[in-house]
Amino acid sequence: MATVITDQGRVHVDRLARIWEERPGILGWLTTTDHKRIGLMYFFTALVMFGAGGTEALLMRTQLIGPNHHLLSPEAYDEMFTMHGITMIFLFVIPMTTGAFGNYLLPLMIGARDMAFPRMNALSYWIYLGSGLLMYIALAQGHAPNAGWFDYVPLASKQFDPGNNIDYYGYGLIFNGISSTAASINFIVTIFKMRAPGMSLNRMPLFCFAFLAVAFALLFALPSLTVAALFLELDRQLGFHFYDVAFGGDPLLWQNLFWIFGHPEVYIIILPAFGIATAIIPTFTHRRMVFFPLVALGEILVAFLGFGVWVHHMFTVGFATITTVYFAAASLIIVIPSGIQLFAWIATILTGTPDFKTPLLFIVGFIVYFMLGGLSGVTLAAIPFDQQVHDSYYVVAHFHFVIFGAAVFPILGGMYFWFPKVTGRMYNETLGKISFWVTFIGTFITFFPMHIVGILGMPRRNYTYPAHLGWTLLNFIESIGAYILATGLLAIVFNLAISLFKGPAAGNDPFEGDTLEWSTTSPPPPYNYPVIPTVSSPYPMWDKEDRERDNRRLARGEGLLELGHETPATTAQDAIWDEILKMPSHSVWPPVTALTLFGVFFMLVMAHYWIAGGFLVACGLTLIGWHYKGVRV
Amino acid sequence: MVWTVISAVALAGCSKQSILSTHSPQAHNIMLLWWWMLGVATIVFLGAVVMLVAAWLKRGVAGLPFLGERENLAEGLVLIFGIGIPLVVLVALFGVSDVYLVGQTSPPNPKTTAMTIDVIGHQWWWEVHYPSTGAVTANEIHIPVDTRVNVVATTADVIHSFWVPALNRKIDMIPGRQNRILLYATKTGEYRGQCSQFCGVQHAHMALEVFVQSPTAFQAWLRNMSSPAPAPITPEEQAGKTLFMSSSCASCHTIAGTPAEGTVGPNLTHVAGRTTLAAATIPNTPAEMEAWISNPQAIKPGDRMPDLGLPHSEVVEITDYLESLH
Repeated sequence: MATVITDQGRVHVDRLARIWEERPGILGWLTTTDHKRIGLMYFFTALVMFGAGGTEALLMRTQLIGPNHHLLSPEAYDEMFTMHGITMIFLFVIPMTTGAFGNYLLPLMIGARDMAFPRMNALSYWIYLGSGLLMYIALAQGHAPNAGWFDYVPLASKQFDPGNNIDYYGYGLIFNGISSTAASINFIVTIFKMRAPGMSLNRMPLFCFAFLAVAFALLFALPSLTVAALFLELDRQLGFHFYDVAFGGDPLLWQNLFWIFGHPEVYIIILPAFGIATAIIPTFTHRRMVFFPLVALGEILVAFLGFGVWVHHMFTVGFATITTVYFAAASLIIVIPSGIQLFAWIATILTGTPDFKTPLLFIVGFIVYFMLGGLSGVTLAAIPFDQQVHDSYYVVAHFHFVIFGAAVFPILGGMYFWFPKVTGRMYNETLGKISFWVTFIGTFITFFPMHIVGILGMPRRNYTYPAHLGWTLLNFIESIGAYILATGLLAIVFNLAISLFKGPAAGNDPFEGDTLEWSTTSPPPPYNYPVIPTVSSPYPMWDKEDRERDNRRLARGEGLLELGHETPATTAQDAIWDEILKMPSHSVWPPVTALTLFGVFFMLVMAHYWIAGGFLVACGLTLIGWHYKGVRV
Repeated sequence: MVWTVISAVALAGCSKQSILSTHSPQAHNIMLLWWWMLGVATIVFLGAVVMLVAAWLKRGVAGLPFLGERENLAEGLVLIFGIGIPLVVLVALFGVSDVYLVGQTSPPNPKTTAMTIDVIGHQWWWEVHYPSTGAVTANEIHIPVDTRVNVVATTADVIHSFWVPALNRKIDMIPGRQNRILLYATKTGEYRGQCSQFCGVQHAHMALEVFVQSPTAFQAWLRNMSSPAPAPITPEEQAGKTLFMSSSCASCHTIAGTPAEGTVGPNLTHVAGRTTLAAATIPNTPAEMEAWISNPQAIKPGDRMPDLGLPHSEVVEITDYLESLH
């Protein structure tokens, strides 16, 4: 039951629109604090980054289409695979899931009018943009990071990598981490304090559980990366010896710190995908999720257990067997919460009446590839086998099925699913299905043969390979697959771009969705909901009575919070109406603060410490401006 | 999945670096583990796919096929397939691989091995020492068949990883650490290995060959390797030696029994006896040797060996000398 606006309601709606109005034009986007606009900025930036990372991948696949090719020099190839990893993980998947999907949808799903900290939300975006620019400035100068996204020392030390390639990496990641940390805090507070009245934790959509788990995982994992990168820069720029064996340091310190972050990171990447799957599946199978509590628990357990498995990236460094066995056992245990979720999705599709529209097709593709990537992941928890195929193409196949097949497919499905909500127009279903099949088949042809070529002994990160080892045909097939995959992805972009202008009007709720965002207009107004909704189950849109009551309250002018820029706060567990929050509105300070921070980190890369200090002072001044209540800028 | 099995079996024999053409008990056990895991994983995978296909076939009807629309049946499905079956399979896998098999591929007790070989990773080649014999070579390891060999893996610069898939799993070479691995080949032959930890621009060209020989052939090889380099005989060889000692060659390479004592590049005392050059990148023939000395950067761009700018006649003479060092 979608929102119905009567003539009496119109008065209130117009009033809300005036209160929540932002600045017009480009200045409106620069100064926005609207979570939906910030989400869209994240979306388009991340999409550009996806294009950049994809182009890097295509260049590598073109180089490897046959043995002994020299399209890219060895140096260029190293920069390509390093930037591909950094881009896809830090600049595409995380900003796309938490930044775009999380920002846009999470407040809508919980019935809030914005994120808890709207200006910090804007700051997160501008910092993310700055960190992406910083690393692509490096590439444009030909100084891109070149020691892999894992950046092992001593290869990444000043001695073996004397340029400032690695400094872009170190400071770029610290800078980027500020953005993710701020976003995580914002998500946690938003989820705990901003849920619509009645949305107690057990009635919160599984999508939100996934994002809550991700936010906590990011918050606890990122410090390890930040510390690792800080030590790296102290070693490189100021002659410290954290990783230098000659002075009592240890290169394994880097590996430990990196993977203490790096493995939770895998779940940070995949959990939003789980969340998107749990949003799409009930809508298209016309039934509630099977085993809701166990699925919610599974999402949280995966994020938690993900912190205890990092050494499985290091089974070949020569640790004592007992150490590796512990981490192998922990890695195997994660299969259980993952398996619960996987079979809950399958059981829901199996026992529902699935309508295989494009979004659900992408989720089925995701389930198939998550099975593949998960099963190959289980084989890697068998220590001797891992030690055999570690750093071979078998591992490349494994994590691309997990990261591309399992994390990106729901993103693509989610793009189709929420396109009508965000744009108000419907995508083309036929082209949608075609784009799914091309992407699905392209993914298989690109990544599946990598298992085999890895079993045949081909190591990763080689800019070329000899002809006589039986790897040639498989590499050729993989490269052709990469072009097919790129075609599929372009078809998706084409479909959505055309539909943006030519698509038929979608209405508020074209799929009979189950969560709150489908109750408001498409696209949603700046204040999201005219009436603060009340919730009595995890499927509020299927509770027709509740939504009809919202409409009646709108007509009567109740529960509107139309006296100011306001949204309700509720209690953390039971979501009982707690207080009314006055929300900050548009501001120029977030982008200005991000700009000064960009100056700090750029100057640190260049080792101009005094100028960096100057920018830091400027950053402090912007914060004073930010918090000064007297004037409105 | 069927396609995997067929193609993998078909290709297994083709590659000298495949984990499926094994010649040691360790690599063989890992291969068996792999085939078992692949078999079980295929069944699990197909099971899930069957469920999804069933969902498509019965898409208009709610509930499970034949069993009907009862929520506890759907939940039972999750408990059996999501928890029950995985628990059994994972416990079995853990027992076989991480309790039993892991002991077989762990570093050998030096008391149980007949000999020790030191392998030192460099950007981008392998230095090989046979302690207490004086034998030093590069990019090839010779070992006797049916003999337990303790390989001590270290590095001179960045992290490398020593990997000869036909014989055993890999082991990283990390600054400040002495890692060890067992080589125990049960069949004579030639097996390829390759660095499998990214180590810089020429990581792709850092391979090695392992020669498993009969004990007598191995002993003969080792005796020869322990002796100084043979003296040049023909005038061209003698001219080549003079050039080698007077040019910058000698500052980076060692030839035992001569003034050349450099330690930056591979030891060339018996270089003519090797089958490959530049870390198993090109075959060791006079023509390839000439090409390598003339312009190593064309073959391994970014390699530590510089273009020396020697005239062709000098390259030929140096090649003549080096190819006489059997």
